[in-house]
Amino acid sequence: MAENLLELKNVSKYFGGLKAVDGVSFSLQRGGLFGLIGPNGAGKTTLFNVLTGIYAPTSGEITFDQQSIGGLKASFVARLGVARTFQNIRLFKDMTVIENVLVGSACRSQSSLAATLIQSAGFLRESQDRMKRAMTLLESFGLADKADWAATALPYGEQRKLEVARAMASDPKLLCLDEPAAGMNHHETEQLMTMIRKIRQEFGLTILLIEHDMKLVMGICDQIVVLDHGSKIAEGTPKEIQQNERVIEAYLGPQTDEVYA
Amino acid sequence: MKNLLWALLAASIVTVVADVSVDAFVQLMFIYVIINAILALSLNLINGITGQFSLGHAGFMAVGAYVSAYLSSVTSVFSPFGQLVFFPLLALMGGLAAAAAGFCVGLPSLRLKGDYLAIVTLGFGEIIRVLLLNTPAVGGARGFYGIPGPVDLDLGFLVISKFYVNCWYSLFWFSICFISLWRLKNSAFGQKFFSVRDDEIAAEAMGVDTTKTKVLAFVISSFFAGVAGSLFAHYANYINPASFGFQRSVDVIIMVVLGGMGSLSGSVVAAVFVTLLPELLRPLQEITGVDLRMVIYASCLVLLMILRPQGLFGSKEWVHVMRSWRLRFYGRKSA
Amino acid sequence: MQSFIQHLLNGASLGSIYALVALGYTMVYGILQFINFAHSEVYMMGAFVAYFAARLMGYVDSPGIDALILCLMAAMAGCAVIGLTIERFAYRPLRNAPRVNVLITAIGISLFLQYSGQVVFGADPKVFPNLIQDRALFEFNGVEFRSMDLTIFLVTLFILLSLQYLIFKTKTGSAIRAVSQNPLVARLMGINVERTISLTFAIGSSLAGVGSVLVGLKYPKIEPLMGTMIGLKAFVAAVLGGIGSLPGAVLGGFVMGLSEEMVVAYLSSTYRDALAFGILIIVLIVKPSGLLGVQRVEKV
Repeated sequence: MAENLLELKNVSKYFGGLKAVDGVSFSLQRGGLFGLIGPNGAGKTTLFNVLTGIYAPTSGEITFDQQSIGGLKASFVARLGVARTFQNIRLFKDMTVIENVLVGSACRSQSSLAATLIQSAGFLRESQDRMKRAMTLLESFGLADKADWAATALPYGEQRKLEVARAMASDPKLLCLDEPAAGMNHHETEQLMTMIRKIRQEFGLTILLIEHDMKLVMGICDQIVVLDHGSKIAEGTPKEIQQNERVIEAYLGPQTDEVYA
Repeated sequence: MKNLLWALLAASIVTVVADVSVDAFVQLMFIYVIINAILALSLNLINGITGQFSLGHAGFMAVGAYVSAYLSSVTSVFSPFGQLVFFPLLALMGGLAAAAAGFCVGLPSLRLKGDYLAIVTLGFGEIIRVLLLNTPAVGGARGFYGIPGPVDLDLGFLVISKFYVNCWYSLFWFSICFISLWRLKNSAFGQKFFSVRDDEIAAEAMGVDTTKTKVLAFVISSFFAGVAGSLFAHYANYINPASFGFQRSVDVIIMVVLGGMGSLSGSVVAAVFVTLLPELLRPLQEITGVDLRMVIYASCLVLLMILRPQGLFGSKEWVHVMRSWRLRFYGRKSA
Repeated sequence: MQSFIQHLLNGASLGSIYALVALGYTMVYGILQFINFAHSEVYMMGAFVAYFAARLMGYVDSPGIDALILCLMAAMAGCAVIGLTIERFAYRPLRNAPRVNVLITAIGISLFLQYSGQVVFGADPKVFPNLIQDRALFEFNGVEFRSMDLTIFLVTLFILLSLQYLIFKTKTGSAIRAVSQNPLVARLMGINVERTISLTFAIGSSLAGVGSVLVGLKYPKIEPLMGTMIGLKAFVAAVLGGIGSLPGAVLGGFVMGLSEEMVVAYLSSTYRDALAFGILIIVLIVKPSGLLGVQRVEKV
């Protein structure tokens, strides 16, 4: 198994004249926890969308598990093992909590149409399995007692957790989280950090997350990539990033010693 | 499954009553209810469960009807026992032809956004109708006469009237349709269909191939529409293109919307209601002298969408609705 | 050659009508991203409003500019009111509902208008009043320029220029364009989004009203189901030109009108209606965004 699960080589995404992502390259090692940060509008979510197949890259190569995925359909990329959550929660609003998770695992179902229609032994076994695994997943996220609730009835923090649970249901190799801590208070963020660490360990996942909450990013990430105006301006450990001048400039503006001249 | 068996038992009792009454009209209504139920169930798969907007269901029904009728006119006649296999086979052929048509129409158009699919399916329905009108081999505008239908089954000690035989076919296919859709709905396929309805982008991100899912729903839906068409053709013994126009598609849409988009039992209940409604309206028609049926249907559509878009049962089934009513009124789960 | 030019004229005439109705579809799509299936019936109502207005004012058999203007105003006003009512009571409550629901409602309204039209007006065709004395104005190389065609052309030109002015040179027009592009930001900028949407419906519907009067000039038989075919062809015109694009609707309208005329003249009249579906299918397969259309990118 190669060291690098995901490799981006000079990936760009232009929308007409707008260079949302411009020549970004980095690699994710298997089993690592990576953060993607940058000021608003830096192109982080666009990069995610390119990664997961929602947009096709304008140029550049993306290799996942030794397979080129640039330009492939989102559902195909997902089935290869890339799962994601969304910046603005996109749960299935008309479904219950457990149904949302079941959709996540639906793409892994091996039952054919015929098997489903005649309800073969294989189909029945698989259905039970999927249900059990979905419930187990909900348990590890603390949502098991709300399995039959409408997904929209959950409080915000739990909706985010459900989105992660749903992404996990497809048994991914790479989990992409888009601002998982958005809208969470201090306590919920701590819980989230614990949860992310736990699932990384329990499921042996590689995780890439976009975040603005520096405490979370610096607290759990092994490596951080910093984007600004579509380009990568820094990459390194949290400590290195915190001291990187370009990063500080991007977030806080040019650091000068002069007071208004 | 248990509920279906109860429903079938009820249907059998009604069948017996209908036959005993010897009233041809009651018999006609009964068979039409079953055919409409199949149409509503199949359209529900695509409009209700998968959330795509198809306006051309009648077109697929026509394909099934005409293919089946044509095949039965070119193959030789068969024994009263052979018919037990022959007619279901014809329906199968009609269904497969309709499914093929569904594939051809669905694959290019399901890539497009909802509104466009509506227009394309509407167009398809019209094109089929015009094509049939201009095909003398199947009767053209005059229609296709003399389609063979089931005959009385002479068992020696008992003669089973052809009405019963027709009921057997219709209920047979109805059961297949209902059971298949029920099983699909409660499987990974069903979850995929619903996810496409709910949020296509999220569904894609979860690994659901939305185009393939939509096309599958479309093909299955067209298959059963074709089967219904075949049943219709062999019961009525006469078909013409006019009976498969846009108005027919609207009838089916009303049933699906009224019953609840996504509810299989809802479609069945609505089919019963909508098939029998014109008869209930007849006295009104006699008084006012005008056919208010379509005006009433249209107003109901609009009012339903504004006031109660989930129709009777929403996406739930009769079973679940009953359970939650019991919970609400009696405060305890049923035994 | 002469008959070719004659056909060109006829096609352009027909095309103007398609263009006017197509503009209604495209304006509503631009602002709400939904196809107003009921537009074709609003068009039909326009014809009847004009018909009754003419009868009421006694203009039935006295052609003249005043008769034309009266009918146009009546049809435009009538259609605007109907369009506004539909928007307010049927579409607005469903602003946040799933797409399928709105489409079904639109179909419901379309059917309701068609069939109640049949009940109220009677299904038999009525004869539209003679508004313009139909005579050949002048001849050029054997090609007749009739007063009908000239009227249609002039009215359409006037309406298109007014619309152009309205959309691009007035505050209202900017509001409409703003809401089409980004309703949330428009609202933040102080634009009354609900009113702008209603206005768009009113304008689009009144354009259909103009179209219906012009059709009444050329083809004087009107009946409650007349909207279906024209509506469909105008819709295809809007899609062909690029749905959401105003110049696209006009371009599409003329293309549809001209091609229909040519097909009927040089191929066969049985394919007249099938042509519309054929063009639609080709557009949707080859370039769904149409000739001048803009691809909307959904933000994920």
